Amino acid sequence: MSGPNTDYDPVEVTPLKAEQVDAMREAALAAIADATDLDGLKQVRLDHAGDRSPIALANREIGALPPQARKDAGQRIGKARGAINQSLAARQAVLEAEHEERMLAEEGVDVSLPTTRSRRGGRHPLTLQSELIADLFVAMGYEVAEGPVVEAEWLNFDALNLGRDHPARTMQDTFWTEPAENHVVLRTQTSPVQARTMLTRKPPIYVVCPGRVFRTDEYDATHSPMFHQVEGLVVDEGITMAHLKGTLDHFASQLFGDGITTRFRPSYFPFTEPSAEVDVKCFVCRGIDPESCRTCRGEGWIEWGGCGVVNPRVLIACGVDPDVYSGFAFGMGIDRSFMFRHNLEDLRPLFEGDVRFSAAFGSEI
Amino acid sequence: MKAPLSWILDHVDVPAGTTTDEITDRLTLTGLKLEAIESAGRDITGPLVIGRVLTMEPEPQKNGKTINWCTVDVGDANGTGEPQGIVCGAHNFKPGDLVATVLPGGVLPGSHGSGPVEIGARKTYGHLSAGMICSAQELGLGDDHDGIIVLPADAGEPGQDVRPVLGLDEETIEFEINPDRAYALSIRGIAREVLVSVEGASNFRDPAVRDTPAANADGHSVVVDDAEGCPVFVARRVTGFDPAAPTPDFMVQRITAAGMRPISLAVDITNYVMLETGRPIHGYDADKLTGAIVVRRARDGERLTTLDGTDRTLDAGDLVVTDDSGIIGLGGVMGGETTEMSGTTTSVLVESAHWDAVSMFRTGRRHKITSEAGKRNERGVDPTICEAAADRVVALLVEHGGGQADPGVTVVGTPPAMPVIDVPGDLAARVSGMPITEEQSIECLRAVGCDVDGSGTLSVTPPPWRPDLTDAQDFSEEVIRLVGYDRVPSVLPTPPSGRGLTRAQQLRRRVGRTLAGDGFVEVVTFPFVGAADLDALGLPADDARRDVLRLSNPLSAEAGSMTTTLLPGLLRAAGKNVGHGNTDVAIFETGTVTLPRHSGPAAILPVDRRPTDEEFAALDAALPAQPLHLAVVASGEATSGGWWGDARPVTWADAVEAVRSVSAALGLEVSVSSADRAPWHPGRCAELSVDGAVIGHAGEVHPTVCQAFGLPKRAVAAEVDLDLLLERAVHLRQAPTFSSYPVAKEDVALVVDTSVPAADVEAALREGAGELLESIRLFDVYTGDQVGEGKKSLAYALRFRALDRTLKEGEAAAARDAAVALAAERTGAVQRA
Ligand SMILES: [Zn+2]
Repeated sequence: MSGPNTDYDPVEVTPLKAEQVDAMREAALAAIADATDLDGLKQVRLDHAGDRSPIALANREIGALPPQARKDAGQRIGKARGAINQSLAARQAVLEAEHEERMLAEEGVDVSLPTTRSRRGGRHPLTLQSELIADLFVAMGYEVAEGPVVEAEWLNFDALNLGRDHPARTMQDTFWTEPAENHVVLRTQTSPVQARTMLTRKPPIYVVCPGRVFRTDEYDATHSPMFHQVEGLVVDEGITMAHLKGTLDHFASQLFGDGITTRFRPSYFPFTEPSAEVDVKCFVCRGIDPESCRTCRGEGWIEWGGCGVVNPRVLIACGVDPDVYSGFAFGMGIDRSFMFRHNLEDLRPLFEGDVRFSAAFGSEI
Repeated sequence: MKAPLSWILDHVDVPAGTTTDEITDRLTLTGLKLEAIESAGRDITGPLVIGRVLTMEPEPQKNGKTINWCTVDVGDANGTGEPQGIVCGAHNFKPGDLVATVLPGGVLPGSHGSGPVEIGARKTYGHLSAGMICSAQELGLGDDHDGIIVLPADAGEPGQDVRPVLGLDEETIEFEINPDRAYALSIRGIAREVLVSVEGASNFRDPAVRDTPAANADGHSVVVDDAEGCPVFVARRVTGFDPAAPTPDFMVQRITAAGMRPISLAVDITNYVMLETGRPIHGYDADKLTGAIVVRRARDGERLTTLDGTDRTLDAGDLVVTDDSGIIGLGGVMGGETTEMSGTTTSVLVESAHWDAVSMFRTGRRHKITSEAGKRNERGVDPTICEAAADRVVALLVEHGGGQADPGVTVVGTPPAMPVIDVPGDLAARVSGMPITEEQSIECLRAVGCDVDGSGTLSVTPPPWRPDLTDAQDFSEEVIRLVGYDRVPSVLPTPPSGRGLTRAQQLRRRVGRTLAGDGFVEVVTFPFVGAADLDALGLPADDARRDVLRLSNPLSAEAGSMTTTLLPGLLRAAGKNVGHGNTDVAIFETGTVTLPRHSGPAAILPVDRRPTDEEFAALDAALPAQPLHLAVVASGEATSGGWWGDARPVTWADAVEAVRSVSAALGLEVSVSSADRAPWHPGRCAELSVDGAVIGHAGEVHPTVCQAFGLPKRAVAAEVDLDLLLERAVHLRQAPTFSSYPVAKEDVALVVDTSVPAADVEAALREGAGELLESIRLFDVYTGDQVGEGKKSLAYALRFRALDRTLKEGEAAAARDAAVALAAERTGAVQRA
């Protein structure tokens, strides 16, 4: 007898009436719009879209409708729920954005606070100066040669035409090592590296030799028992003083600025003949009105180093045929170059190890 | 060499109007470098004039002094022509005398370091004193303050500038003289340089060209036993000389200007002639000589008291002058005390001898004598002017000392001949890169005094005052300097393609940059060390680092050797920083240390040929080993405290990490084991190895050592042999492979005895875990009640991953268990529950 309740009266299922569903939707949308924060919205979601919300309860009633009415009711409820969920999502996005904005505002810091926590390191300016000079010559095609600082007397003197009784030996006050008959010195110049280079390579030779050298000078503002030199040596066919001048002019302009050239004055070094003192044009006043210039002290030129054409005697002692090859050599103080390039009047800070000095130059000069 | 300009110009003419600057500029460009131009009156400005004393009234003062109130005629110099009223404290003058008067507005140099003094009109002793009558001292002309300067009666008219009268306007030029220009240690040589250098200079008057009397047998008897050491010996004699005769003013002024001290007429004359000709002269008190003079080499151990009062033991290489009494002088270097001229000398024997330069150099060095005579003799003097110089001395002694020249003239020996040298006619052009013709070369060589013959290859005889000109190339310098160094063109040579920096050079830069990036500051210290430094490091007596290379002539005995370790210098530098208030310090240094090999002498090889490869290798073998070391020292805070949190103090681990950081930059991994080595804390010292080779040590510095170097406790240090690191540096790094599959993480905590090194535990875990292990990290070390006495807990985070697949369930755990099992077996580790 029993069968589908086909004659169920839909009028009796009140919540599924169109007006009722519309009211539920409107109530939900109003509550969503009223939610001012994410917590409030959460509650609204429970109240109006949760399992126990009116619209959810109404949805359950659909089954009680006669089949012909279910489709309508289902569509009605489905549309209303869609509208509510869409509104919830939109409101959620708005409130989340507001929340994040508020949070970021609250998280603001004073970015002017100190940030330094660790020490800054730095390399020694003389190391940097040496490397800079080496790089200038490497760019010209030279290589960087090196040798020991505790050196054989023969290489430091004899091979360089500074014989045992050469008055020039007293020009360079030498540190000798014990026992004296071992003939070992602290090199007084980087020139023994030139001799070593000629003894171990075949021309053409284009090298620079930066390094530490020693003289028995008492330590004061302008003298140090240890200092740094860079020497250059070229041995090739047809090398002349003009090539020496060209090279030093180029070196000077690279190190001190465009247009800074050099000047030669006759001088004497046993390992070169002819020999010259080389002055570099003052890069501060450029020789124009030098009277008040502190860098060159009114000269317009700064004494920079020594140079010359390699003495054939040196070539012979080092196994280079002077009938085929000629060469030039030059040498200057790295410390001295650094001092006038960077306006340092007393050299002692270079060797005192005060971190404030090195650190001031960082890792590049 | 200091040369009064007027003296130079006595011997050469320059065109009228040539300034001193023009002369010195030219000389500098041709090789006599200007050091300074001095003049006695340089610091005097304003009116300094001749005054004639008109009246002087002595006025006794209450303080016992008597002053003179003077009126002085200064012509128109005061602008009025009226006599000038001046108070003067001196009494050595009288009305009518001419005096040096400085008027108000004048500035005098001042004395005793007072600085310049401006003269004004001032009230003193009841008068308005308008100026000052000057003493020699007040004008900077010496120490004579006994009275004012009274000028010669013919000095000039009142009101004229007094500077020329007193030689205050005389300029003295100081030159730097290089060893190859010894001839310029004389007015003669400088005047000759003016002749060849200064445009338009002419009329060179050689002070060494004189008519000299011929040698005869009547002179003092001289025997030269060693003609090589003393090729020429000239002796002349002056008798009846007045020892009290004053040295003439011009001579005093010139000698003083040249930097020598006037002593007595006879000595001053020998010095004057030396300055003028370059030839050192020695004067003996002839009455103190006994018998013939003999020149010979000394015998080892003979003694002589030289006239500086020093008793010297002579060497067989020294040349000596003797008479019957024994040795009376160190030939060419310094005379002896016994025959020295004195205030009673009336008879002078003048010695003008040429000495072998090398002997002079050796004797000077051996006896540490530097004298004006020695300086010239060891550099080489013109051997042909001995007679002329002696004759000049005799003439001056006669002229100013009232003596008579003895007719006896002794000349022993003859000057050595100058060599003839072949010089290619085009050499100067080839050397300079300038188009210098052969004719130009010949002209220049003749200008400097050479004889030149031939063409193509020139036969050149240098002048006798140029013993330095021995090689063909020496002559090219003479030519080029006269043509002008300033005319050498500037041409860049074209080197072949270079290979850039060597690998070691690149790596050293990398090491420096790495440490600087890690917060260390590079310093450079001297490599000298002393026993006290090594003691301060706490090195045991048998420590190899005590085997140092000693210097024969250190600057200070406390640092008399080459260091074997960078640490003393670096610790000292760190201590200095702390002393300056920079308590957070982290520094590093790279430098060679010197490790003696005790391998015998480095030969003095010949220089007329290349050494053989064996000879060259032997030279290197004779040198000490000089490995490049790297050391770091740090103290204080590694990270400072602040709003972010607390400071982190430097610990032993920072020292190890510095080396690890450098090693990593070289592609190397450091293994560490504990060690006990000075100067480190015995419980906090790590021995560092790479590829099985010990490269150095790192850790906390021993507290006693910290104290010795002025560092707070817990300073840390590391020192490694950088060469060992650099030679192992990875050259070509291989591209890595890594897995994209998920990672499996396993943590384990292992309890071991505290004596077990964490590195051992980790090694066992690694090995036991096998190839699935990707990484392992020690994230906690715990000691305390929960693990018990003598134990520590090490907590490791292990990450497992396979290259080719996702790990199966349990695979990572199995690998972990295997790792723990091996750690247990190797180190006794027990897994913590
Ligand atoms: Zn300047």
